[in-house]
Amino acid sequence: MRAVARIVAAPDGRGGTSLPTLAGEPPLLVRRTGTRQPGVPADVHLVGGAAGPLGGDRLRIEITVESGAALVVRTVAASIALPTPHAHGRPDTSLVEVHATVARGGLLHWLPEPLIGAAGCDHDAVTRVDVADGGTLVWRDELVCGRHGEDSGAVRLHTTVRYADRTLYRHDLTVGPAAPGWSGPAVLGGRATGTLIVIDPAWSDGGPPPATPLGDTAAAMPLPGPAMLATAVGADLRAVRAPLERARQLTSAAA
Amino acid sequence: MTTAAGSLATLLVLADGRLPAGGHAHSSGLEAQVSAGRIRHLADVDAFLRGRLATGGLVASAFAGAGCARTHAIEDLDFAFEVRTPSPALRHASRAQGKALFRAGRAMWPAPALHRPDVHQPVALGVVAAAAGLAPEQAAVAAAWHTISGPASAAVRLLGLDPYGVHALLARLAPDCDTIATKAMTYLEKSLDDLPADGAPLLDIGAEHHATWEVRLFAS
Repeated sequence: MRAVARIVAAPDGRGGTSLPTLAGEPPLLVRRTGTRQPGVPADVHLVGGAAGPLGGDRLRIEITVESGAALVVRTVAASIALPTPHAHGRPDTSLVEVHATVARGGLLHWLPEPLIGAAGCDHDAVTRVDVADGGTLVWRDELVCGRHGEDSGAVRLHTTVRYADRTLYRHDLTVGPAAPGWSGPAVLGGRATGTLIVIDPAWSDGGPPPATPLGDTAAAMPLPGPAMLATAVGADLRAVRAPLERARQLTSAAA
Repeated sequence: MTTAAGSLATLLVLADGRLPAGGHAHSSGLEAQVSAGRIRHLADVDAFLRGRLATGGLVASAFAGAGCARTHAIEDLDFAFEVRTPSPALRHASRAQGKALFRAGRAMWPAPALHRPDVHQPVALGVVAAAAGLAPEQAAVAAAWHTISGPASAAVRLLGLDPYGVHALLARLAPDCDTIATKAMTYLEKSLDDLPADGAPLLDIGAEHHATWEVRLFAS
């Protein structure tokens, strides 16, 4: 399947946020949730309209947050990357691209449920976020390598986060049968991992908080800009989510 | 694009573990994982080195190759490496080794390019390789080798492992270093954002824990 979802958040003129564009197509359906009132960000949920992503799928999510708008995007369930059903020969890869832009004075929280790389999948997740000088971002990504009791599929994460026209974080992660040592003591050491990136213009003067361990298998680290990264590894999603939630408390960039 | 390879013996000088460039003081994250109980035996060291080579090894190899080929763009490359290194402890370790490498490089192959503020180790390796008349692919293979030879030597010291067994691991991984360097060279003309960025979350986390220890054998 090929599908695109587009979300545009703009100020509604009454202190709240409107969504002049909120468009999806199966399997990417988008729904506005939550209350509409001044000072409260617009809540959007991505609702999976089909299983997957499956091998061969090409899915793209485009998010634009205009100046003065505030948007929180979540998903209703984990996204499970699966192999092509009944593939003959070499199965196709699946691709999910997320492109987001946040204008000066805009706020975006991206808090989806995790990506699960099911055994046999061959999946690329490409994330590119452009935040203008003075924009605010909270961006969480989590990966669980394989469903319960199965081996991990092949998953490649490519992440680029830019702030004020400059890249402040570039990270790729490859797991699965073709990635040497991915589950070993040099890369993950476990089956789950997650990152939380925060860009908070309030840190433009004093800088982000200094690096600090968050429990045994997580740490928060300042990025070169008014930004920080929390990264966690663990045996399962719960071990990863908990320290990332603690890291979220380090910022005042609340939604 | 690729220039003629430089002197093989010169490459050996640059890649020698006895080069006084501070490498012996760093375990490349291995000490933290030994302490966490994740590395006990030779097989664990093998898994560590394979994971390290596939992630930080590829990044270092690509940045060393690019540092050798793009001597006009060192500041940009250095910042691009910085944004691939979220751990302040690892940034500090990399810059300290880059500084030490420039110092050694100035003594061996004097060149104006080596009189600059400290840069990250792989970028510095590329600049020093260029000053030594080496080609980008030679810088790339030296960088790949550096990412596994340092922690291998640290494993012997930390775990009291049989040094013959550890060097057998290194010999088995030598062809993989060539493969990584060949792959790194495919990025030689890529834009900064498109250079490899393969990270190792556990090593970033381990480095920040390691930095809080009062007593440690290695600086990183």
